[in-house]
Amino acid sequence: MRPVQYNTNTKVKMVDLPEGYAGEGFYATSFDKVVGLARKNSLWPLPFATSCCGIEFMATMASHYDLARFGSERMGFTPRQCDMLLVAGTISKKLGPILRQVYIQMAEPRWVVAIGACASSGGIFDSYSVLQGIDQIIPVDVYVPGCPPRPEGILDGILKLQELVGNESLRRRTSDQYKALMESYGIK
Amino acid sequence: MNYDKIQEKLTAKFGEQVSYEILYDMLNVTIPAEMNLKTMQFLYDDEEMRFRFLTDLTANHFPENKGKELQVIYQLHSLENNIRLRLKVTVPIETPDVYTATSLYPGANWMERETYDFFGVNFVGHPNLKRILNAEDMDYFPLRKEYTLEDPQRTDKDDEMFGR
Repeated sequence: MRPVQYNTNTKVKMVDLPEGYAGEGFYATSFDKVVGLARKNSLWPLPFATSCCGIEFMATMASHYDLARFGSERMGFTPRQCDMLLVAGTISKKLGPILRQVYIQMAEPRWVVAIGACASSGGIFDSYSVLQGIDQIIPVDVYVPGCPPRPEGILDGILKLQELVGNESLRRRTSDQYKALMESYGIK
Repeated sequence: MNYDKIQEKLTAKFGEQVSYEILYDMLNVTIPAEMNLKTMQFLYDDEEMRFRFLTDLTANHFPENKGKELQVIYQLHSLENNIRLRLKVTVPIETPDVYTATSLYPGANWMERETYDFFGVNFVGHPNLKRILNAEDMDYFPLRKEYTLEDPQRTDKDDEMFGR
């Protein structure tokens, strides 16, 4: 019998090992998969919340829906430390350059989730002053529909992003295709 | 103090240049554009009327009123008498020059910037007449009627579902 009873919580879930080759005292898999595993289960979110979708996002990260269950424990309110930019709400044309600057300040690898109709397409604000979707100024990985989306929807979007992150090739960010994408947005 | 008294005072001071209208129980005073400061100064200084608070300042665009396309509206409030009135001036859209009210009401500063931003009214003598709400690089005045409300660069919303 163990002298100290600790960590007896059987509800703690561990992620599964990626596909690999295991034997006595060793385990071999590809570097891609290990890095993907580490990245996707520890995405640091940077909330960029401007309106009602931001309120839904606050519910998502609070205890009831608990975004921390998926490895996004702490909101980092600095672009330098974050991997996942969550744009929740209407972005006006005047705010566009600021959002772009925040994106540029994030270190690679970085991902973007557009939460709600406004961030995805301008939503109901078909107006001269509103940016018609943030993908006009920065590349977006996952779009979450809804006006506003429920917290479940936002969680689903983040799980979809985790899938993308986990399966991303380590060479993607240095590929010509990726460079061309950044070039098309005028970002070096 | 009531509207009749105000009309009396204004007519005694400025004569036939001033016209009056009661709309929605509020007195509307229309004056020539170049008289706006003089009139406001009179309403401000008069010991009985004391219109010393500028509630709001905005503009309107009526494209069919040739030569009077832009209308600038001042909502004045006499706090002591609890009386409000609306002062209107009209200017042609080619030369939308109106004297600034900032010397009289410092609160007019941002409101005039907003009116310039959306209607392009040129407030002569304003200390810092530049855009306040829209993006600095905007090259038109979006609330003038010749411009659409919708984003003009956008093409993928032009089906009947979006009403374009």
